[in-house]
Amino acid sequence: MPLILFILRKAGQALATMLAVSLLVFLALEVNVDDVAVKVLGQFSTAEQRAAWLEANGYNAPFLWRYFDWLVSFVSGDWGMSTYYRAPITDLIPDRLAATAWLALGALSLIVPFGLGLGVLAGMRPGSLTDRVVSVLSVVTTSIPDFASAVFLSIVFVFWLGLLPGASTMIGGFSLKELVLPVLVLALYSTGYLARITRASMAEVMATPYIRTARLKGASLPRIVFRHALRNALITPITVILLQVPWLLSGVIVVEVFYAYKGFGTLLYEAAINSDIYLIEACAMVSVLVVVTTQILSDLAYGLLNPRVNLLGAPKPAKGDAA
Amino acid sequence: MIRLVRPYLTHPLVAVGGAVTLLWLVLALFAPLLAPFDPLKTILPLARPLTPAPGGGTLWLGTDMLGRDILSRLIYGARTVVLYSTLATLSAYAVGIALGLSAGYLRGRVDAALSFLANVVLSFPVLVLYIVIIVVIGASPLNIILAVVFSSAPAIFRIVRALTIDIATRDFVQVARTQGEGSLRIMLVDILPNATGPLAVDFCLRLGYTAITIGTLGFLGLGLPPPTPDWGTMVNEGKAMAIAFPHLVIFPCIAISSLMLGLSLLADGLKELSEAKGRGA
Repeated sequence: MPLILFILRKAGQALATMLAVSLLVFLALEVNVDDVAVKVLGQFSTAEQRAAWLEANGYNAPFLWRYFDWLVSFVSGDWGMSTYYRAPITDLIPDRLAATAWLALGALSLIVPFGLGLGVLAGMRPGSLTDRVVSVLSVVTTSIPDFASAVFLSIVFVFWLGLLPGASTMIGGFSLKELVLPVLVLALYSTGYLARITRASMAEVMATPYIRTARLKGASLPRIVFRHALRNALITPITVILLQVPWLLSGVIVVEVFYAYKGFGTLLYEAAINSDIYLIEACAMVSVLVVVTTQILSDLAYGLLNPRVNLLGAPKPAKGDAA
Repeated sequence: MIRLVRPYLTHPLVAVGGAVTLLWLVLALFAPLLAPFDPLKTILPLARPLTPAPGGGTLWLGTDMLGRDILSRLIYGARTVVLYSTLATLSAYAVGIALGLSAGYLRGRVDAALSFLANVVLSFPVLVLYIVIIVVIGASPLNIILAVVFSSAPAIFRIVRALTIDIATRDFVQVARTQGEGSLRIMLVDILPNATGPLAVDFCLRLGYTAITIGTLGFLGLGLPPPTPDWGTMVNEGKAMAIAFPHLVIFPCIAISSLMLGLSLLADGLKELSEAKGRGA
């Protein structure tokens, strides 16, 4: 069962990565015990209070011992209390993640059809007018930072046209209208990026000898594209879509902060602003888990879509290196 | 010399991208000469664009809520962006090239260990990594450069490593080895110069992304401490009043987008040119 072996091997690598990340995060945030005490108890706590708190919470133990202790409780689902929200972290994260998942789903439902569609249209006839327009659009959208596209879109839709609300707090319950702008901003960059990748991949396939043969045989352009070109041209873009998830996760922080949307991004941001170290640790681990999972899925999709790749094949030189 | 430079100047993408980038570079270099006002001086609070200044002159892009001229702040902000993005990207390149050359040429355990570490760092979403680093070490110019090095060096490492592995198999490297050249000399003299093409393309893009990152950190209020004029910080300060006074935020956003656009076009053009050269055209 090569597939199961492949998944097991990837999962093992992912686990090693997660362990290293956890050590890195713990090292960064908790190696200095006095800092931890200040961050948890606040600036105005006395030295005695800090010492007593450190003693009571086992902070006088050696670093590695504390790390293993933290790791065991983290794996068993005890993520500690948020010092800012004064609530168990495991209660905070699921709702916020769900809210962010809506944003990401909305964005993906725009990114995938438009990115793939425009990319295929452009790459079908390299050098044509469609190609030029799509290429220019994708360079422009991938050059605008998330916070700037949020500003531009808000000025058009909120300030000039007055069509959409400028904040997405969802105070009056779930509102589709409040979801539009954050989703648009989030989708803009990745759509352009996906269109670019798809265009390049499509143009490359259209220049191959087998497509030329199909053309010489007299097959129509739609037939060439749909029957012959697409299945080779879409392999790379589909893996790229999955790898966009980590990128969306970064964009989510900016977009959620801009529109005051209560999701995972604002949770991480508020944790950072308020030095809520346990919450930062948990959020960092959750986001790395998301990234690692999408990497496995992307490798899997690549292997399944591309019959030339042997999932367990030992000599796989360039793949994954040319990032 | 002219024959060497000419294909670069006549290529439309390189010409346009290079011109935009150069414009910001000149504005940054000569900011004290070109800025119409002192970027920290209060002139007239919340003036709209094109308002005449009380002491003579025109507030072309208006003023912010503290009455500081936005055009002058943009021009001085270009200094911050250009200086820190360049310093940070160059430092990241120094680290990435040193480690990538060693891993790709020496292989073995060094390579395995460095590649694993790079994978670990790259499994953070970029912004999450920056936020964690900035929370731990605080926001200062030096720390922002450190954060960029820590998060960009692994990606540069990967590119350099892949290029080195490829170039190390070529005949001229074998020849150098038989001639008894040391590893360090082979890496720096024989391998690195042959990797500059792809690295130049990546450098342009990465410079832009570093500028965006510094802007984004400023936007999130985690960037350079005020009152340093910085595009991202200007958006952060103005966003609460953006609906009533869009000029507070729209100009810094145009500034950073145009800089990134210039660098993307430059990178695209350089890539096209090097591909054309590779085909022997």
